[in-house]
Amino acid sequence: MYKIVEKRELTPVIYKFKVEAPVIAASALPGQFLIIRSGENGERVPLTICDYDKEKSLVTIVIQVIGHSSRKISLLNEGDCITDFAGPLGNPAKYVNWSDADLKGKRFLFIAGGLGIAPVYPQVKYLKSKGAHADVILGAKTASLLIMEEELKEYADNLYICTDDGSKGFKGLVTEKMKSLLKREEGEAPAYDELVAIGPMIMMKFVTLAAKEFGIPLTVSLNTIMVDGTGMCGACRVTVGGKVKFACSDGPEFDAYQVDFDEALRRLGMYKEFEAAANARDTAASAK
Amino acid sequence: MANNIPRVKVREQAPEERVHNFEEVCYGYNRDEALLEASRCLNCKNPSCMKACPVSIKIPLFISKLTQGDIQGAGRVIAEDSSLPAICGRVCPQENQCEGSCILGKRGEPVAIGKLERFVADTLLDMPDNCAAPANCSAPTPNSTCGNKSKRIAVIGSGPSSLACAGDLAKMGYDVTIFESLHKAGGVLVYGIPEFRLPKQKIVEREIESIKALGVKIKTNIFIGKSIHIKDLMEREGFSAIFIGTGAGLPRFMNIPGESLNGVFSANEFLTRTNLMRAYLPDAETPIISGKEVCVVGGGNVAMDAARSAARLGSKVTVVYRRTEAELPARAEEVHHAKEEGIIFKTLTNPIEIIGDERGWVKGLRCQKMELGEADESGRRAPVAIEGAEEFIPTESVIMALGTAPNPVIAKCTPGLATNKKGCIAIDENCATSIKGIFAGGDAVTGAATVILAMGAGRKAAAAIHNYCQQESQA
Repeated sequence: MYKIVEKRELTPVIYKFKVEAPVIAASALPGQFLIIRSGENGERVPLTICDYDKEKSLVTIVIQVIGHSSRKISLLNEGDCITDFAGPLGNPAKYVNWSDADLKGKRFLFIAGGLGIAPVYPQVKYLKSKGAHADVILGAKTASLLIMEEELKEYADNLYICTDDGSKGFKGLVTEKMKSLLKREEGEAPAYDELVAIGPMIMMKFVTLAAKEFGIPLTVSLNTIMVDGTGMCGACRVTVGGKVKFACSDGPEFDAYQVDFDEALRRLGMYKEFEAAANARDTAASAK
Repeated sequence: MANNIPRVKVREQAPEERVHNFEEVCYGYNRDEALLEASRCLNCKNPSCMKACPVSIKIPLFISKLTQGDIQGAGRVIAEDSSLPAICGRVCPQENQCEGSCILGKRGEPVAIGKLERFVADTLLDMPDNCAAPANCSAPTPNSTCGNKSKRIAVIGSGPSSLACAGDLAKMGYDVTIFESLHKAGGVLVYGIPEFRLPKQKIVEREIESIKALGVKIKTNIFIGKSIHIKDLMEREGFSAIFIGTGAGLPRFMNIPGESLNGVFSANEFLTRTNLMRAYLPDAETPIISGKEVCVVGGGNVAMDAARSAARLGSKVTVVYRRTEAELPARAEEVHHAKEEGIIFKTLTNPIEIIGDERGWVKGLRCQKMELGEADESGRRAPVAIEGAEEFIPTESVIMALGTAPNPVIAKCTPGLATNKKGCIAIDENCATSIKGIFAGGDAVTGAATVILAMGAGRKAAAAIHNYCQQESQA
């Protein structure tokens, strides 16, 4: 069992938990994820790692209420225990293997949307500790749904906020903001060496399409459906560069330009009907 | 003198009933039936059944104890060679092993050795003071066990090979910790083999409890290679030796068009959802899609498990296999049970494309009709395409049961751990891998095989680890 030592409501549907998990805290690296499960009948839910503190043995996760399982976890409180908390899983971000000399001064631009802001945070933190430059575009539908702005401000060199309705920062999509930052005059060097986009699959698809013309490497982190998260079931398979890959064991980060996003989006909807039915049951139960 | 009677039939749940539930199909023998069946054994001087057993259980001896009504004695005999008798009695391919070589089988039907083993094991599991439980049995090498207590051994994975290895080492006095990546221990016994063939709470969990009773610690949710690196187990966590028993959990696909459509699953995914996540229960939170019609591609035990699970979830099931029924690699009993449960077999049929609808969901399987040609290197006649002969099978989902390979993660995360070109961990005759102090066995070494072979490999590795530790402490 894994004890929740801190819970914070970031928005009415997004919660941040600090969980006692010494093994994950000691070995997690940027880019990796974990599997969380609550209760004996609980589903295994893959979740990105938002932060880790080796000294305090704490791992931070951010969860958004989408279906029954995420709702159940969101209802846990400080002092409660999470049944299962397994990881870290997947491969670390590619730059974790780069030398400090290579990383120093490298310019990164992160494009983060919705819950994708959470996994961007440890990446920015790590890169800054290695002397790299990291700018971040944060996107949300509206200002009240923006998360972790303060935390990111502490590490990001420049933080650009975008909201669909203009309630904060730039009014418009993250893709537009990104394009304005990447635009350059003839003969000018590119403003960034690496791009990383993490967020809803549909956002990552459009960021990829928009980034293509600039010819800068772009990495995405794929939040596919998973069961075991260790390479055993293949529920998370995605087509990357025409080849079938498992997001859990080959990813979760891939070269965005090689990903078949339309297939990934379709596969993500496979259990939509089950999710709707479970949500309806939850609504009926809470009305009682 | 042996009793000259026909083999005692084992009671089973009626097919029309069991196809609606996940309860165990076979009820097993009661005491009277077991003793009667035991009386058929000829107690051969030179028992061929024993030679055909991968772990050389002293079969005539345990059966003769049984004929005397000494069930505990029978249990002790089995326990000398097997750590998981209630499991092996259920899932061993006895028709190719012990029962396949029984002299009685030459003229009539062999002694039901598997069912007798199961009867003995189940009876003892129900006894409050189980004398044949691993904790109550003497150690395999009773000498020189002193001094082992201070030595810690890490066992990676918690399937049959790991459980057997951990059990033996604990009996020798070692301090053993099992690391399991999933939330439940048991490996393939828990995620793979269905409840109706191998009950989880009634059998698997109790066998695991009996291993824990020996002092073995089990740590779940730890994925060695990711959560903790192997070298850290030795250098930082203080383990003297390591056993890798991580099995063969990597699913194979056919690489045909349409395999990424919605409604295509690996058998591993389908079975993990049903077994480990218990998706068949009304209060389970993990969903499963079986579809009105489902095609299962493949002919092994895993294909039968997936097909029979799908039938229980209400699907009309067709098994699609490219050779003929005679070549089906599944156990005869499984095929027989599957047919009784209404599963349709389409043999000499090889899928070449999965066809989807406009929403990207499976609507059918395009297949090539086959015929048997010349024998291939496996000795089986190879299926050859009949030109121009195709068949379209309408189906809502497709389950790929084409076998599995060792999970590559552990080798990828462990520099210096040698594997062969099939991804299996390479070991020498002493179960030792290319890294000093690290041993391996079971499906991770052989590729997908049987529970009994994995168990045997785990026990052999335990003996090898014991030797290694003794040499190290003398050095």
